Amino acid sequence: MSQQGYVATPPYSQPQPGIGLSPPHYGHYGGPSHAASSPGMIKPAGPLGAAPPGGMLPQGHPPPGPHQFGQNGAHAQGPPPQRFPGPPPVSSAAPSYPPYSPSTQSSYPSPGSSASMAQLGSQLGAMHINSYGSGAAPPSQGPPGPASAASVQGPPQPPQPSILQPGSQVLPPPPTALNGPGASPLPPPTHRPDGLPGPAPPNAQYQPAPLPGQTLGPGYPAQQANYGPPVAGAQLSYPGGFPGGPAQMAGPPQPQKKLDPDSVPSPIQVIESDRASRVGQVYATNARGQIPPLVTTDCVIQDQGNASPRYIRCTTYCLPCTSEMAKQAQIPLAAIITPFATIPSNETPLYLVNHGEAGPVRCNRCKAYMCPFMQFIEGGRRYQCGFCSCVNDVPPFYFQHLDHIGRRLDHYEKPELSLGSYEYVATLDYCRKNKPPNPPAFIFMIDVSYSNIKNGLVKLICEELKTVLERLPKEDQEETSAVRVGFITYNKVLHFFNVKSNLAQPQMMVVTDVSEVFVPLLDGFLVNYQESQSVIHNLLDQIPEMFADSNENETVFAPVIQAGMEALKAADCPGKLFIFHSSLPTAEAPGKLKNRDDKKLINTDKEKILFQPQANVYESLAKDCVAHGCCVTLFLCPSQYVDVASLGLVPLLTGGTLYKYNGFQMHLDSQQFLNDLRNDIEKKIGFDAIMRVRTSTGFRATDFFGGIYMNNTTDAEMAAIDCDKAVTVEFKHDDKLSEDTGALIQCAVLYTTVSGQRRLRIHNLALNCSSQLADLYKSCETDALVNFFAKSAFKAVLHQPLKVIREILVNQTAHMLACYRKNCASPSAASQLILPDSMKVLPVYMNSLLKNCVLLGRPEISTDERAYQRQLVMTMGVADSQLFFYPQLLPIHTLDVKSTTLPAAIRCSETRLSEEGIFLLANGLNMFLWLGVSSPPELIQGIFNVPSLAHVNTDMTLLPEVGNPYSQTLRMIMGIIQQKRPYSMKF
Amino acid sequence: MATYLEFIQQNEERDGVRFSWNVWPSSRLEATRMVVPLACLLTPLKERPDLPPVQYEPVLCSRPTCKAILNPLCQVDYRAKLWACNFCFQRNQFPPAYAGISEVNQPAELMPQFSTIEYVVQRGAPSPLIFLYVVDTCLEEDDLQALKESLQMSLSLLPPDALVGLITFGRMVQVHELSCEGISKSYVFRGTKDLTAKQIQDMLGLTKPAMPVQPVRPAQPQERPSVSSRFLQPIHKIDMNLTDLLGELQRDPWPVPQGKRPLRSTGVALSIAVGLLEGTFPNTGARIMLFTGGPPTQGPGMVVGDELKVPIRSWHDIEKDNARFMKKATKHYEMLANRTAANGHCIDIYACALDQTGLLEMKCCPNLTGGYMVMGDSFNTSLFKQTFQRIFSKDFNGNFRMAFGATLEVKTSRELKVAGAIGPCVSLNVKGPCVSENELGVGGTSQWKICGLDPTNTLGIYFEVVNQHNAPIPQGGRGAIQFVTHYQHSSTQRRIRVTTVARNWADVQSQLKHIEAAFDQEAAAVLMARLGVFRAESEEGPDVLRWLDRQLIRLCQKFGQYNKEDPVSFRLSDSFSLYPQFMFHLRRSPFLQVFNNSPDESSYYRHHFARQDLTQSLIMIQPILYSYSFHGPPEPVLLDSSSILADRILLMDTFFQIVIYLGETIAQWRKAGYQDMPEYENFKHLLQAPLDDAQEILQARFPMPRYIHTEHGGSQARFLLSKVNPSQTHNNLYAWGQETGAPILTDDVSLQVFMDHLKKLAVSSAC
Repeated sequence: MSQQGYVATPPYSQPQPGIGLSPPHYGHYGGPSHAASSPGMIKPAGPLGAAPPGGMLPQGHPPPGPHQFGQNGAHAQGPPPQRFPGPPPVSSAAPSYPPYSPSTQSSYPSPGSSASMAQLGSQLGAMHINSYGSGAAPPSQGPPGPASAASVQGPPQPPQPSILQPGSQVLPPPPTALNGPGASPLPPPTHRPDGLPGPAPPNAQYQPAPLPGQTLGPGYPAQQANYGPPVAGAQLSYPGGFPGGPAQMAGPPQPQKKLDPDSVPSPIQVIESDRASRVGQVYATNARGQIPPLVTTDCVIQDQGNASPRYIRCTTYCLPCTSEMAKQAQIPLAAIITPFATIPSNETPLYLVNHGEAGPVRCNRCKAYMCPFMQFIEGGRRYQCGFCSCVNDVPPFYFQHLDHIGRRLDHYEKPELSLGSYEYVATLDYCRKNKPPNPPAFIFMIDVSYSNIKNGLVKLICEELKTVLERLPKEDQEETSAVRVGFITYNKVLHFFNVKSNLAQPQMMVVTDVSEVFVPLLDGFLVNYQESQSVIHNLLDQIPEMFADSNENETVFAPVIQAGMEALKAADCPGKLFIFHSSLPTAEAPGKLKNRDDKKLINTDKEKILFQPQANVYESLAKDCVAHGCCVTLFLCPSQYVDVASLGLVPLLTGGTLYKYNGFQMHLDSQQFLNDLRNDIEKKIGFDAIMRVRTSTGFRATDFFGGIYMNNTTDAEMAAIDCDKAVTVEFKHDDKLSEDTGALIQCAVLYTTVSGQRRLRIHNLALNCSSQLADLYKSCETDALVNFFAKSAFKAVLHQPLKVIREILVNQTAHMLACYRKNCASPSAASQLILPDSMKVLPVYMNSLLKNCVLLGRPEISTDERAYQRQLVMTMGVADSQLFFYPQLLPIHTLDVKSTTLPAAIRCSETRLSEEGIFLLANGLNMFLWLGVSSPPELIQGIFNVPSLAHVNTDMTLLPEVGNPYSQTLRMIMGIIQQKRPYSMKF
Repeated sequence: MATYLEFIQQNEERDGVRFSWNVWPSSRLEATRMVVPLACLLTPLKERPDLPPVQYEPVLCSRPTCKAILNPLCQVDYRAKLWACNFCFQRNQFPPAYAGISEVNQPAELMPQFSTIEYVVQRGAPSPLIFLYVVDTCLEEDDLQALKESLQMSLSLLPPDALVGLITFGRMVQVHELSCEGISKSYVFRGTKDLTAKQIQDMLGLTKPAMPVQPVRPAQPQERPSVSSRFLQPIHKIDMNLTDLLGELQRDPWPVPQGKRPLRSTGVALSIAVGLLEGTFPNTGARIMLFTGGPPTQGPGMVVGDELKVPIRSWHDIEKDNARFMKKATKHYEMLANRTAANGHCIDIYACALDQTGLLEMKCCPNLTGGYMVMGDSFNTSLFKQTFQRIFSKDFNGNFRMAFGATLEVKTSRELKVAGAIGPCVSLNVKGPCVSENELGVGGTSQWKICGLDPTNTLGIYFEVVNQHNAPIPQGGRGAIQFVTHYQHSSTQRRIRVTTVARNWADVQSQLKHIEAAFDQEAAAVLMARLGVFRAESEEGPDVLRWLDRQLIRLCQKFGQYNKEDPVSFRLSDSFSLYPQFMFHLRRSPFLQVFNNSPDESSYYRHHFARQDLTQSLIMIQPILYSYSFHGPPEPVLLDSSSILADRILLMDTFFQIVIYLGETIAQWRKAGYQDMPEYENFKHLLQAPLDDAQEILQARFPMPRYIHTEHGGSQARFLLSKVNPSQTHNNLYAWGQETGAPILTDDVSLQVFMDHLKKLAVSSAC
């Protein structure tokens, strides 16, 4: 294990004068020396595209040890370090790069050296390990600046362990640079090869406003930072950034040297290497505690007894045996469960088990469902529960003989015996009131206040509904959808519509009693779309006209949800509300909100208030909604502050989705809006769900994060759960775990299908247990860790000051790594950072997380946007959170128009942008196309159909359809990226 | 005597007034000794085809406290162009328009034949009539269908510029917007929540978003109609719309579980209707017409829960104080009724159901606002259909027989004060010099509001003689009373009808005979009955009966001729002879007896009794019985069991029911089919005669009576048997022998027994 550790020089933060401020530091690209570490990306020329990612992976080409970085550059490139001699500046771009040696042993003196350990230990001891979270600023830390220091983006890293020589210190960027990203006027050409992240406003990338295109001019200032910053995960930098930071990195203070950005482990490389090794392979889940491929890797997963990582992904696949060990390592034990994850068509869909009247076979004691972990004994007459060890009788109908190895003869015939994931048909006992559920209903609730009418949104929705309703979700084998639909419009009052099929024209019923909303009609409100099609179309035609001359500005909100919920309650079915809302609900009604946006609270202890809902109404409303299986999906098109923190609460707790389109403008946002709407209506979804996570003895689920409502401590209730929603579950020890039996997790979700069938979806997963810390570190999954950290931090945002949260995150990360160094890694110089292989990129990712606008308030980021992102992350699965925190940056100019594969991603750092290039940046919410100031005109012509950069309309949100290969390929790429994401990205 | 009868009749025809006494006792003391109070039955809008309204406004007495209207009793100085008010003796100048006045050139109001005169007030813009239908949808399918048809039909009867509105209710209350195209809109309210008028208007969007100081002045009047027009539209504009809307009305869609009543939010529906009109057209003639097919079962005003196993309250429950919802519901409807009355609107209730519908609780709505109350078994009966149609009947001028928002003011000369009124009115609480401290009926005021009025509506108005015994009125003095009725005519004109009457004063000591002769026993019976019924609303039944008995005995003591302690010697003069009989039947009437009647029925009967004119009231007190036989032409016979003979056909009219009863022999003949044989054509005619007569009554009466055709031994014969005087019962049947009549199985006393007791008590000195 230790060999695989990274040892990096402690980034001693040496405040360098003028960092980020002095133009000279920024070398211009274009100099011959610029062979950026990933030249392919920087060089505009097409030919370079020929150097595919693979080419950059210097596997097996360990460069000469002593050379700094030789290997980084990969054979293709020039030696990076030497490139920057000129601008030695401040920014860390120290000419002398730490030698990057492929093998720890060879490259540097005993990594596990007692000296370094002692040194580290002493440093850590004081502030971290013992007083974890105490917040004591390490002596070495100067600036509390959060920003990552050197955005060290190395070229693809070799997979081998690499070590940064302690001697060559990388200097963490001076705090000043970090803190004042916005403030530092970067000289236009920001491409500093050394990758000093510079003053990139970390959060800026979320601001939709600065489209890349706009900044193309020569004056192109800091905006490019939009892309870079989150990425600029200078893992090494946080010591600088955070008080109490990772002291382990703070080796001997050698201020002059800086960390070479390229020497930092590269996520891209990690991703690519995993991809290279596993893509196209079949990953079979047959072994306990097997570590799955990364989320970014496409491969076929075959269920052989454990749930696919698409359903469950753990932070570690090997649990520590004892709670002491867990405490020592401080690695969170958690599983990110996406019970309804979409399965690619080349994998087997879930089998459905139907035991008829008898219902699922369950353990008598712990009620775990029959699964591969049940051990059949006594010739098959009994079985021992793998979770609680209780011995149960096999029900007569279920009896089967055992074969010579003690397996039932029908082992492979029954999905519940051989597979990790499967479904049961639930019996009436599992239904509300012991009655079979009715098929769910979708209710569309449209805000018809003045602004929505005026900006055309109402018309757009009504038009779209006419077509999209044709594609309501249905069971695969059914011809038409069983989902019924209903319509409500509202401003200050609510309008229900009777669209019964036998009516000549729809009937509108106005409910003005918003203080106590009720459902005015029963029959004819929820209808089958096919049957009532003509009436519905008639209605949808009329709605925009009906309110065309409305000048009602006030809206209500809580009563709207209430109405939808009451309607579903009256119809006795679960369902989903699609609410299209756009303003702060100021009308006199329950849930009335005040504008309380107060930028002054940012960075104070009261900042948390901004994330808390304003009125209690929403929480109790959410509770009612969950109790009645009413899921709320909210499409917000605000033109100003709408208090997302309050409005979003119900969608969050009911398992709905929140979509937000700032300052909705028809020509800019309609496409994104419509895509989202279509996806949301069509996607796979289960209603009225209860999720329970059972574990084998010794540990248990203690905390749940996600779009759920918890009535008690064990059951996560969800009004609905769709394919994009993930629940993160944290585990804690109860007792000792045994290495032999391992640890078992069974996640059971009871839900109602879109056709109104009650089902149980079971996911099983077996994990290893070990008493060796090394095993634990070996089995960690960084992406899942980040997901967990993000969710727990974002949850804590409601209750704790952000500063404390950031400190905790930093400290915990530091602690995890320190623990590794202390216990697993071979001795090394104290100044070296040793990273376990499985956590190579954790620091980078953590840095990105810390720079997320939720955790780092800035006045130019709207409170709503922060609340929105907070909410999004709370329900994200691992793949989404990975992309969200570390966006994909694709060099478009290297595009091979003949190939259909994506160009290799590059490190997401501002420094990787080049003037000659065109880059596409995507984080799951937004896509930006960044055009370098001297991007090749033929590309511009090809993509935009305009002669030059100056002609490009920076407002556009859709690429023109131009019939040439560049355009087609680019659009295809965007399509591919989009395909897998829950949110349609705004371009 | 004939002269008095003629006088009374003539006065009634001309003025619509009948006094209990037509010569007034001149002192307070004597007046109280007369037992029957000085009172009158006034039919304010009595149809007077011969009385064209004058197109100018009345001349008022200039004394602010008087303001009496110039009338034929005023003394006029033609030369000085002065007139003296006959109530306050103020001398007034004629207005300039009367400059040409002289003995030969008198304005109409001075001519004696115009003691009743009607003025048309030209002021103010005429506002259209408003009809707001409030329709229960918790009906059986065919009932609802019938109701829908009736409603659609009624649209064609309304004047084209009348405003109509529609509210439907069941579990929810829907206020339908009538002006919309393409989509039918309605505002829906929860049926369980009581809303204030302000809330209702806010929710219906009737209130302007409080326009601050700078409202555009001219814009406002135009906006006003547009707001309310969403719910109230001129019939000619939305005739088709509304017909379709009514046609599409569905039964309340909410499921009614087994063993439950449908949830019916009558209370809220009415409240919303009242609130709607209150906000849009206060003080404009408007009818809220409530059609309900069952009791309110939820929300404010609920009368019974929705559990079918709990029956709706009966008199028994009420006596036992077991009617859980009654008080609260009554309060709710009273509050509504008062608000409605204050706005000058009226509420009709058309309740058609086999069970009770809560009329007891809701009665105040029509009672206080002058609305109609109609009770039937089903909307699908001719009783309802024709009654409803008759509401829209027109008079000889083609105007509806309805008036709105009337106020009745009573002015008296000094010797008199007004003690109260009983009828479909509410007090306006106007104190004045002529208001008595003693209240009889609704008192303490000289003005009443009658929101809905038709030509037969009659009020009982009670007076008190306040002249002291020691201040005798000179011989030949006359007391005067002026009735001034302001109202909105159905042609939307505002009119004032003024009736001024005068009667002679007489000293009881010297002129008792005179006074006796001027007693109007019919009017007195009805007036006393009204007092009794009025009391019965608030007092226990037996107390009222006892009070009536005592009054009767005292009257007999006062006016009978007898020797003390000698019942046989007792005689009553002609002008009193029928009075005891009326009282006897009154005691047995459903107005005072609740036995055998549901609380709703009692309320219904009392409602009509308090508003019908004298003739109808008398029929109600003592039903009319006609006999048809081969022995002679149809003749009225005694309402007595002895009149029930085998060879007769009887026709009884109780106002609420028309009963045709075939005697035993007749019934057998009919069964044998003699009427179809040509040789027995006379039998056929005999059978037909009462039918024709009954039809005639049916045509004229509002509300339509229940029509019952029965025969000897038929179950429906009970309607007849319960009314007739039980002179023959199972107790005395054999004593009387078999000679005539039919025995009634009852323990009630017969008229004979009643009279015997009365005589005994009257002559006894103990009492």
